[in-house]
Amino acid sequence: MNTATAPEMEIPAVVGSEELDRREAVSETVGDITHPDPVFTCRNVTVWYGDKPGVQDVSIDIGRHEVLAMIGPSGCGKSTFLRCLNRMNDTIEGARVEGTLELDGQDIYDPALFVEELRTRVGMVFQKPNPFPKSIYDNVAYGPRLHGMTRSKADLDDLVRESLEKAALWNEVKDRLDEPGTGLSGGQQQRLCIARAIAVKPEVILMDEPASALDPIATAKIEELIDELRENYTIVIVTHSMQQAARVSQRTAYFHMGRLVEVGPTTEIFTRPRHQLTEDYITGRFG
Amino acid sequence: MNNADDAMDAISSPVPARLQRLRRNIRRRRRAERRFRIYGVVAVTIGLVFVLFLFANIVAKGWSAFLLTHVQLDVHFDSATVDPEGDRSPQSLARGDYAKLVKTALRERFPQVRKRRDKRALYKLVSSAAPYVLRDRLLEHPEWIGRTLPVWVPASDDVDLWMKGQVASADVRLDEKQRAWLSALIEQGRVEKRWNPFFFSRGDSRQPEVAGIGAAVAGSFFTLLVTLLLSFPIGVAAAVYLEEFAPKNRLTDLIEVNINNLAAVPSIVFGLLGLAAFIQFFGVPRSTPLVGGLVLALMTLPTIIVAGRAALQAVPPSIRDAALALGASRMQAVTHHVLPLSLSGILTGTIIGMARALGETAPLLMIGMVAFIVDIPRGPLDPATVLPVQIYLWADAAERAYVEKSSAAIMVLLAFLLLMNLAAILLRRRFEQRWQ
Repeated sequence: MNTATAPEMEIPAVVGSEELDRREAVSETVGDITHPDPVFTCRNVTVWYGDKPGVQDVSIDIGRHEVLAMIGPSGCGKSTFLRCLNRMNDTIEGARVEGTLELDGQDIYDPALFVEELRTRVGMVFQKPNPFPKSIYDNVAYGPRLHGMTRSKADLDDLVRESLEKAALWNEVKDRLDEPGTGLSGGQQQRLCIARAIAVKPEVILMDEPASALDPIATAKIEELIDELRENYTIVIVTHSMQQAARVSQRTAYFHMGRLVEVGPTTEIFTRPRHQLTEDYITGRFG
Repeated sequence: MNNADDAMDAISSPVPARLQRLRRNIRRRRRAERRFRIYGVVAVTIGLVFVLFLFANIVAKGWSAFLLTHVQLDVHFDSATVDPEGDRSPQSLARGDYAKLVKTALRERFPQVRKRRDKRALYKLVSSAAPYVLRDRLLEHPEWIGRTLPVWVPASDDVDLWMKGQVASADVRLDEKQRAWLSALIEQGRVEKRWNPFFFSRGDSRQPEVAGIGAAVAGSFFTLLVTLLLSFPIGVAAAVYLEEFAPKNRLTDLIEVNINNLAAVPSIVFGLLGLAAFIQFFGVPRSTPLVGGLVLALMTLPTIIVAGRAALQAVPPSIRDAALALGASRMQAVTHHVLPLSLSGILTGTIIGMARALGETAPLLMIGMVAFIVDIPRGPLDPATVLPVQIYLWADAAERAYVEKSSAAIMVLLAFLLLMNLAAILLRRRFEQRWQ
């Protein structure tokens, strides 16, 4: 398949001082990793890129209808972990996943499980907007057509409209559904990608820095949208912006050097971080 | 440029040494840049001059082959001569003695010619293919039987060359008498250079005046058809598999290196391979477009695979990710998105490969497509030759009259190649996808 450039492979440049080096040995995650109503249950997840670990020993629950933000410096493994949840790591040459990842009690790395089914239940929005070079309508309709979700053209039209409405894009594009999706602005493209992900009616939506390529206004719209989507979907969002994590999420997980350092309610993480590394990061001492 | 330098000097009378050094340096660099640009212009000019010279030379030599000298004869379609059975059926008309019609017409035009030798010289003014022309015309118009009509028939190649002024006086093969008869015909307005109907419609011939590229064009068509039908699906499938599905390991690396090497193998080697494998081992009939197409397909495959892989690589991985993340299988991601997006690149590579195959001669010499083909092949199993081989054959022929034929055939071949390259360019323009 495509070239084996792992997304979070760059060497973390954050750890310079001896003081931090000493704190590297994060053995246990601080905070409550469990959730009373988990969608995902992940235990001791380790991802190997060749013989280098991308993520080590991560255990966390992801609760139903919550927004979980994953933060951390570049190369900390948060995107890698995110890509485990819908097995997009499968496409990376030499990537291996250990540990257990369960979606509603079902092992998602079970060889008997159809990966297509998993990805239909767990949608994904990528860092860079990646609409298909097709019409806006066809972008949204691609997933439903693929899975035969609608019986008639009218059904499909309704589904496309509903998805675009949920993604807060309908009013901007309703008169030009047959124009190419690639002709939209960056923020619109990203909302189109969200509409496309919603159209297949997933339970979980994974977002990999969805606003990092957007301007502040488009970012604000996406954040607003995430807040609305929470009613119906579980959302896991990777972000570099701590403000964004604080604004949109209920729980926050802090990753560092491939390990999950601290998990907790967002308000607590940002006001009373318990781990020294978390505190250093959110107070801006590095990262 | 020099003015700018002078101006710079003018404003810079008292300049520190450091700046002066810097300016000297900049001036030197600009001079080097200027020199380099001149080299480029000279190189391009030389190239263009060569190409123009080549084209001009070929066109100057070849354009006259599209015209052919014709002689007008008053032919009496004597029913006993053209219709031996007397029933006017095509079978009967086909067996008529049309050479006699031509000879009679010539004798009647020049009643003063009596001697046998002179008569024979007179008959040589018109092509020995003239009777066939008469036969074909009569088969089209059976109502002409019994009538006397003026008919244009092709002149012989010697007359044609003479009329076109393409022979040095030492090489003129017309004697005094023949030239006198010819002048008489010209005075009566009975000699004309007209559109050469044989050049595009007929196969090769021992009579240069009626030799054509029809058979070669048909042969090229069937050969390329076989090549395309084989190399396009196999090449695209191989490219898709190698690029999208094959694991990256030693074996696939080795395959990749070998495909790239294969693209550089001299074409005659493919001809030898075709001879040994297809003809001698599999028993494919020699001299046919089928075996030619097989050999050219081998030669074109690496080109298509390499171009196809490059086109597939140009599709950003984010498109694959988008499809996969929606629950598409890898195959669906490829067929729904990656392949359509890379198709223009693949087609461009295919056309360029086909253009190369169209111009290929050497491997076809090895598999017997260098034959003298008179009949136009009707399918890939008829013996055939191809355009470049026809050019090679004519360029090799002793008769002076084939020179213009080969130049004209080159013009046709170049026209086809230009058309194909144009198609490739248009295709690329039309479907080029710009990724942000």
